[in-house]
Amino acid sequence: MDMPIIELKGVVKSFGPVDVLKGVNLTAYPGKITALVGDNGAGKSTLIKGLAGVQPYDGGEVLFNGEPVNLHSPRDAGALGIEVVYQDLALCDNLDIVQNMFLGREELSAGTFDEGRMEREAAETLRQLSVRTVKSVRQKVSSLSGGQRQTVAIARSVLKKAKVVILDEPTAALGVAQTAQVLALVKRLAEQGVSVIIISHNLVDVFEVADYINVLYLGQMVASVKTTETNNEDVIGYITGVKTYEGTPA
Amino acid sequence: MSAPKTGAPATESTTALSALSTEQLIGSGQEGGLMDQVQAWVQRVRGGDMGALPAIAGFVVLSVLFTALSPFFFTERNFANLLTQAATLVMLGMALVFVLLLGEIDLSAGVTAGLTMVIFVVLVAVVNLNWILALAIAFLTGIAIGTFIGFFVAKVGIPSFVVTLGLFLGFQGLELMIIGAGGLYRVETPEILAIQNSTMPPWAGWVMILVMLGISATMSFIDRARRTRAGVPNRTIALVWAKLIAIAVLGGIVVFILNQNRGTGFKAIEGVPIVVPITLAILWLGTFVLDRTKFGRYIYAVGGNAEAARRSGVKVAAIRWFAFIVCSSLAVVAGLFSISKVGSVDAAAGRDIVLSGVAAAVVGGVSLFGGRGRLIHAAIGALVIAVITNGLGLLNLPAGVNYAVTGGVLILAATIDAVSRKRAGGSILRT
Repeated sequence: MDMPIIELKGVVKSFGPVDVLKGVNLTAYPGKITALVGDNGAGKSTLIKGLAGVQPYDGGEVLFNGEPVNLHSPRDAGALGIEVVYQDLALCDNLDIVQNMFLGREELSAGTFDEGRMEREAAETLRQLSVRTVKSVRQKVSSLSGGQRQTVAIARSVLKKAKVVILDEPTAALGVAQTAQVLALVKRLAEQGVSVIIISHNLVDVFEVADYINVLYLGQMVASVKTTETNNEDVIGYITGVKTYEGTPA
Repeated sequence: MSAPKTGAPATESTTALSALSTEQLIGSGQEGGLMDQVQAWVQRVRGGDMGALPAIAGFVVLSVLFTALSPFFFTERNFANLLTQAATLVMLGMALVFVLLLGEIDLSAGVTAGLTMVIFVVLVAVVNLNWILALAIAFLTGIAIGTFIGFFVAKVGIPSFVVTLGLFLGFQGLELMIIGAGGLYRVETPEILAIQNSTMPPWAGWVMILVMLGISATMSFIDRARRTRAGVPNRTIALVWAKLIAIAVLGGIVVFILNQNRGTGFKAIEGVPIVVPITLAILWLGTFVLDRTKFGRYIYAVGGNAEAARRSGVKVAAIRWFAFIVCSSLAVVAGLFSISKVGSVDAAAGRDIVLSGVAAAVVGGVSLFGGRGRLIHAAIGALVIAVITNGLGLLNLPAGVNYAVTGGVLILAATIDAVSRKRAGGSILRT
C-alpha cells in the first residue's frame, strides 16, 4: 500500500455542547478516489471544513505525507495543496472562465495582466482534463450550465497544482449526462495522481468512481472499506446505523 | 447538457490556433476574421450584453431631436458648452462606478465634492493659503472621507447606503457651519477657473488626438505581442485599425468643431476646453486599473460574488475600502470641475448632483447590483443626461420638464438593462 497523503487520526470537533466529530480517522491516497458518505448531520461537512482550514479541528492529528501539520486557515490548506470545490460553486458569474480559474493568483507581466499566458494555461488545463463541453475559455461563467461550472471549478483546482481535491456534492444539482461528464472528470483527476475526496449522497455515483468508501455515522467513522469489497446494501446499512462494519479500516 | 460541442472556429487555418494544437477544441473567441468577430459581437449584444449601446443610441436620438427643434443646439458654441456642462457629471459618474461595481453606493459623493470645495475656497479666500496647498488639503480631505466610509462599510459592516446617507446629511451641515446660511464665496484662483473656461491652442487639440492614437496603438500591440508569445490566437488586426480609425475620425470631428472660433465678440474663442484632456486622462487611467490590474479585477470579482472572491484569497474588505477611497478622491475632481464652471461655492454645494451621478452610471449601462459596467459607460450616460438638460434649456422649457424627462430616461435605461439581462439567461452561448 502507498503512503497516504492525508491521514486524520482521532479528530474531534464540537460546537458548544454538541460533539460533531467524535474521534474520526480518515485516510486518502494519491491517485485514488476516497468517498465520504453519511446521512445529514453525520459530520461530513464539518470534517471537510477542518481539512480546508475553514473550521479548525479541536483535537486529533492531521498527517500530510506522514508529517503532522496544522490547518488553521484556508491559506494553510492551500499551501499544502489541499483545494475544496464547494457545493455552492465559488465562481464569479460576471467573469469569464480564464478570469475565474486565475482569480486570486493572476499571472502578471510588468504589473499588468498577461492575458495570453493565462488563457493558454487555462485552455491547456481544460484540454488535459479532456473537457470538450466548453466552447471558449472567454465565455462568461453566467452563460455556462451547471455541469460546465462544476468542470471549471474542478479545473481551477487542477490549475493550482492541487495534491488533494475535495469535492462537496459535485453532482447534486446535475442532470444525468452532466453527472456522467463530471464523474469522468473526477476519474481523470485521480489518474493524474491527485488524491480526490468526494462527498456524495448518491451511492450510484460513489460506487462508480470511488476506490474507498468511508461512512460517517453521528460523528464517528463506522466503516472504511474498499469499494470492491462491499456492496450497496451494506453501505446503506452503515449509513443508517443498521449494520456494523466488522473488518479493519481499509 | 446538450451534445458535445465541436467549438472549432470558423477558419481552421488561423495560424496561431494550429500552432497551439491541432486537437484544440476550446476556442478563445478571438479566432476568425473581421466578419466572425462582428458576428460574435452581435451575438453578445443579442445575448443581453449591451453595454453602453442603448445610451449611445439615446445620445444620438436626443441630439438629432434637439437639432431639429432648436437652431442653437448644433452649433460650435453649444457643443463646447455641452462638454463643459457635462464634465462634472462625467467625473462624478466615473467616481461612483468604482463603488457601484461592488454593489455598493456612495450617496455622499456629491457633498464630498461640495465640502472639499468649500474647504478649498475658504482656505484660499479667508486663510489666504497658497492654492496648491489648499488643493492638496482638499484632496486629503477627500481621501479621509473615503477612508472613513470604507472603514464603516468594509470593517464595521454597515450598509454603504446608511453610512453615506449619514454623511450626505452631515456634510451639508458642515458646509453650512463653514460658510453660513446664504453665504457664497467666489472662486478667484485663475488656475481653477481655467479648467472649464480656458481652451488649449488649436494645435494642442490635434496633438491630443495623436497621443490618444499612440497610446491605443501601443497598448494593442503590446497585448498582441503577449498573446503571440503565449501562443494563443489574436483577434484580426483589422479590429485594431478599425479602433484607431474610429478614434481618429470621431476625435478629429470633435477637435475640428472645437477649434472653430465660437466667440461672439472681438476675442476669438477656439480650441478644446482644458477639462476635456483632464477627463480623458482620468478615464484612461481608471480603465487601465479596472481592466489590467489585480485591484480592478478584484473589484469586479467582489461585485460578482464576494464569497467566491474571498475563497480565492481576495482581501475583500481591503478592496471595498480602497474602492471608496478612489470614489471620494475622484469626487473631489468632480467638485473642482463644478466650481470652475460655476465660479462660486455656496452652502448647498454638491447637494443635488449625486443622484444625477448615479443616474448617469445607470443610464450608461452600469449595474446597480455590482459586477457589471465600465467607466466609459458612466461618461456616456452623463453625456446623455447633459444633452437632455442642455437641449431642454435651449427650448426654454421649465426646469420641471427637465427632471421629468431625465427620470423617464433613467427608468427606460434600467428597463432595458433588466430586460436584456433576463433574456441573457445564459443560453445563447450554449448553442
